[in-house]
Amino acid sequence: MNAFLAIVRRDLLLAARRKSEVFTALFFFMIVVSLFPLGIGPESATLRRIAPGVLWVAALLAAMLSLNRLFAADHQDGTLEQMSLSPTPLALLVSGKVLAHWLTAGLPLVLLAPVLGLQFDLSARSLGILMISLLLGTPVLSLVGAIGAALTLGVRGGGVLLSLLVLPLYIPALIFGAGAVEADLAGLGAAGHLSLLGALLALGVFFAPWAATAALRIALE
Amino acid sequence: MLRAHGLACDRGDRRLFSAVDLCVSPGQWLQVEGANGAGKTSLLRILAGLAPAADGLIEWEGRPVAEVRDDYHARLLYLGHAPAIKEDLSALENLQTAAAVAGRPLDEATAMTALRRIGLKGREDLPARVLSQGQKRRVALARLLCSQARLWIMDEPFVALDVAAVAQLCSILDDHLSRGGMLIFTSHQAVQLAGSGASLRLGAPAAPREVAA
Repeated sequence: MNAFLAIVRRDLLLAARRKSEVFTALFFFMIVVSLFPLGIGPESATLRRIAPGVLWVAALLAAMLSLNRLFAADHQDGTLEQMSLSPTPLALLVSGKVLAHWLTAGLPLVLLAPVLGLQFDLSARSLGILMISLLLGTPVLSLVGAIGAALTLGVRGGGVLLSLLVLPLYIPALIFGAGAVEADLAGLGAAGHLSLLGALLALGVFFAPWAATAALRIALE
Repeated sequence: MLRAHGLACDRGDRRLFSAVDLCVSPGQWLQVEGANGAGKTSLLRILAGLAPAADGLIEWEGRPVAEVRDDYHARLLYLGHAPAIKEDLSALENLQTAAAVAGRPLDEATAMTALRRIGLKGREDLPARVLSQGQKRRVALARLLCSQARLWIMDEPFVALDVAAVAQLCSILDDHLSRGGMLIFTSHQAVQLAGSGASLRLGAPAAPREVAA
């Protein structure tokens, strides 16, 4: 457990020393979301309809931005070798890295989303559901993304390949995440969608570190 | 005791080396030699369990490494080509993280002492990116001072070190050997170490070809 916490702490420290990377993704999210009301016009009924989808798609893309660096730096400087030689299982250390990735790339999006949602004339209730859906969904993005990042490790032009690999896998999270807010707007209740998102998260927490570890071991050989 | 029989390694279609036997007992060292590309690093990576061998068996304390992997890794310290130093972290943070990942967390005082002993006094809190190449190596070597591992596997440990640091590293290695530690390393330079040692030459001319009668 010590090694797990050491990895989380290290990755958070590294992110704090390189704030620009965190803020780039955050500003990307803000700008992409803000472009839609400007492009579509001030008709609030339309904006309300597209809001969940726009926010969720922007969150997917923003979470993607930092993914290709998730393991690349560790691979290059030899840290990954040391991690795989640790008496602590590599899957646990990978979970630590994913947690740190979510804290720096996912959680800020969750916190920023309600502010950006105001541009779309969403009600307080919808903003709350949007936040919950992102809170459940962004860790799934980090978890699934870790598998893609591990698979494309060391591949030339891995960044684009990573997007092609990971974005389709994000579709379930997108459907249920954006669907939760839409269902609530339509008066159907968001509980079903949120439960499914929670199930995705549980599955991801269980399987993704294991799958990413298997891919990392191949890259290390 | 680490023992390996008939190790072989393939790179693509080419066999780098085959039928490598080695045995390192407590207090012994083994220097792996060979020309560039002979497979020294590959051999060390195979021994450390980072890469699979194409053929052969590695035994740790009489049991195949594959069966006692966790125990083996808990007693192993591997120092590879890449020093596993994060440029944005200070020497102290680098050392503490490395130790925690290796399963032996260090408190700050112990880590500071180790860094001072390795010659980084006054530079403990500098980010590693402002350190010189040799000083970065020293940060990696500071792990040796805090390590309780029985077996050290080191890839070119003397690279980028000045004369004083080479002498200090030799004395650290001697200490390790005198406590019954084991050491496997590669180096292009001749090194004087205490204890009994052997050298293994990779890529030595294969068995002479039979001349057609």
